[in-house]
Amino acid sequence: MIAELGLAVLWMAAALAALQLVAGALALRPEGGQLGGLVRPVAVMQGVLVLIAFAALVWLFVTTDLSVKLVVENSHSAKPLIFKIAGTWGNHEGSMLLWVTIMAVAGAFVAVIERRLDERTLIATLGGQAFISLGFYAFLLFASNPFARLAQPAEEGQGLNPLLQDIGLAFHPPTLYVGYVGLSIAFSFAIGALITRNVGPAFARAMRPWVLGAWIFLTLGITAGSYWAYYTLGWGGWWFWDPVENASLMPWLAATALLHSVSVLQSRDALRAWTVMLGVLAFSMSMVGTFLVRSGILTSVHAFAVDPQRGAFILALLAIDIGGALALFTLRVSTVTEGARFSLLSREASLVFNNVMLCGILGIVLIGTLYPLMTEAYGVKVSVGPPYFNPVSAIFAFPMLVVMAIGPLLRWRRDRLTGDRAARVTWPLAVCAALALAVFVGVETLAHHITLLPALGLALASGLFPASFLPLVGRNLRRTPLPVWGMVVAHAGIAVSLFGMASESAFSVERLAALTIGESRDVGPWQVRLDGMMPVAGPNWTALQASVSTRYAGAAPTVLHPMAETFTNPPGTRNESALQTRWNGQLYVVLGEQAQDGRWQMRFWWKPFVPLIWAGGAMVGLGGLLALLGRVMSDLRRLIAKDKIAYRRTRQGR
Amino acid sequence: MSDNTEKPRNRLALWLPLAIFGGLFALFVHGLMRPADNNVPSTFVGNPLPQFDLPAAAADRPGLATSAFRTGKPRLLNVFASWCVPCAAEAPQLAALAQAGVDVEGVAIHDRPEDLARFLANNGNPYAAIGRDDKRVVQIAIGSSGVPETYVIDGQGVIRYQHIGDIRADDVPMLLGKLKEAASKGAGS
Repeated sequence: MIAELGLAVLWMAAALAALQLVAGALALRPEGGQLGGLVRPVAVMQGVLVLIAFAALVWLFVTTDLSVKLVVENSHSAKPLIFKIAGTWGNHEGSMLLWVTIMAVAGAFVAVIERRLDERTLIATLGGQAFISLGFYAFLLFASNPFARLAQPAEEGQGLNPLLQDIGLAFHPPTLYVGYVGLSIAFSFAIGALITRNVGPAFARAMRPWVLGAWIFLTLGITAGSYWAYYTLGWGGWWFWDPVENASLMPWLAATALLHSVSVLQSRDALRAWTVMLGVLAFSMSMVGTFLVRSGILTSVHAFAVDPQRGAFILALLAIDIGGALALFTLRVSTVTEGARFSLLSREASLVFNNVMLCGILGIVLIGTLYPLMTEAYGVKVSVGPPYFNPVSAIFAFPMLVVMAIGPLLRWRRDRLTGDRAARVTWPLAVCAALALAVFVGVETLAHHITLLPALGLALASGLFPASFLPLVGRNLRRTPLPVWGMVVAHAGIAVSLFGMASESAFSVERLAALTIGESRDVGPWQVRLDGMMPVAGPNWTALQASVSTRYAGAAPTVLHPMAETFTNPPGTRNESALQTRWNGQLYVVLGEQAQDGRWQMRFWWKPFVPLIWAGGAMVGLGGLLALLGRVMSDLRRLIAKDKIAYRRTRQGR
Repeated sequence: MSDNTEKPRNRLALWLPLAIFGGLFALFVHGLMRPADNNVPSTFVGNPLPQFDLPAAAADRPGLATSAFRTGKPRLLNVFASWCVPCAAEAPQLAALAQAGVDVEGVAIHDRPEDLARFLANNGNPYAAIGRDDKRVVQIAIGSSGVPETYVIDGQGVIRYQHIGDIRADDVPMLLGKLKEAASKGAGS
């Protein structure tokens, strides 16, 4: 019953999306003015209906309704509740439903709160959003119905991939999805503005919180995903340049560029065409990423829902949405008038430079990801890995980070670095640069084995961190607006993360050891001893658990428990690593197999300062949150002030 | 508009994003249409055999050196071991190949002479020579990751083909074909 209800509601939501599109399109014509009033309520209703459909699917998973095909294939009655819920989106159909749900709910939200953008552009935006949604509704209803029943209810479900039964992963995909789909709103705004030829500060102001929100979710999603890969895969690495990882990185790069260019458009009315282009690009990258992951045309370690048939469907959507948007861009952008100009030494110029660098990195990652596909067209098989990605993206990243330190200190439109400005800008920056140089020289002289890239990273991070705080110098800290704090925290987070990455690659120590019980080994400053081995059991797995006592430089020992787990439903194995975190790094222990002579194969890593990678990522997300909070609060203050004025006016009888 | 003069150049640049997207789309369509093939050919194919000179592994056969492959006639190099079950399973196919006039050379991996003698007695001995590779030196040098594997080596000692896993009955004509191919290539070079 619930399944049928879900499907029916989904169909109704799709019909409303069609209505939203048609009404929006007609309302933009001179004779269809009255239809414009229909668009907002329809958008809201569509959001409510699709939310009901999604709730129905969650309910089916929670109750483990074994007459529904999707539940049988992806869930099991013995699974813990949290993974039953996570199972809703841990599969292709459910994740697509989550996708349209977020899209429709975001559209409804825009319809309710957006009052300051001119009405025609807003209607065009909601129409565009309905157009993209319709494609995904069609995909769900015709090619991947999540509510399909089995002719004969199954006895038991088949369970969820063991790698996915992890609390981090339960929330990692929805976080990324909110990010991807939030970018769809930015995309729709860009289309709306192109249709009505109204690209200006008002459009930027409407689009900005969506870009910022999506970007925060993407940042946190990528950070969490990286940490998940680090501790579940048991390989000791934190980024593998895998196609799926790249698929999440590319929208983030585009969104980062968009975020900065939209701020220029809002405050300076410059970079009009560029901002619209990035708005289209950011969501395009989300869709390209989805296509690469779902179609299976690239080999990846975490392709969980691969099917070429679905790939063809997503490719068709991709062609219609992105091809259409780019064609619209090409035809319309020459009629978008040029914005304000600025000189070479100005905050705008530094933002443009970094935008170009971000797009450069995006291009590098895209080419690297697709290169195997290109060479396969000529019958040559290659795989592209860190030896390409690391140095080539660093060529763009390092200059970008230098400019990131300078840019926020420059004035809008035109700046000069002489006189009083030298004391404010040049000298503090020179001190930071000297610090970076000192670190570089120190690293190169003290540790010869460290390669150039990590050494440069350490140096740059050391200069960048203090430089990030320079915009606060000379300000009254209590009166500094939240968005400025946000920028400072986010930029400092980049420095922190870079320091972690460089340190991990420069100073990591790896040991492979076959240990008998009671045997010890040295791993960098640590001494580890295998104390014992014990079988343990969970709700749907059994495992061998090792007890490893570890002591750091002779300090009191602590005990770690790495496990090799065997899952029963469905069968599978997972090596749960054990981590010991100190302020200056992490010890990483993985239990392997037992050798024929009874010794246990174990792998140890000592990774100095590695947690800074994710701490930095979290700081970047927090910075975004502060900025968003600041904007929302100033909007609220303005609304309240407006209400007060209106109230006084009515009381005075005016 | 006043800036009519510079429009044409601008227009062309504006088509660029759409053109790039068109290229990507073509690439994706091609990627989808292509049948999935996840086999990666060995990079050793096309390279000459590395230098080695292995001692004899069995009493009645000589050891194996690189020079044995420079006779102008293509031959098979079979990497095997007595402790490997699929190696016993492919023995009849190797015998059939030897019967057809193919020279088969063997490299015994990590083996004991008495085990090997028993293995050859039970499964037949199609090998012209068997080298003893206790430390897997040759195996690693020719890019073999397990046993059994069979290489087609042309008359100049160049690796022409690598077959991973046991030789099934229907692989025999395929290997004969590869040997014929190697004969023409080896003579040509």
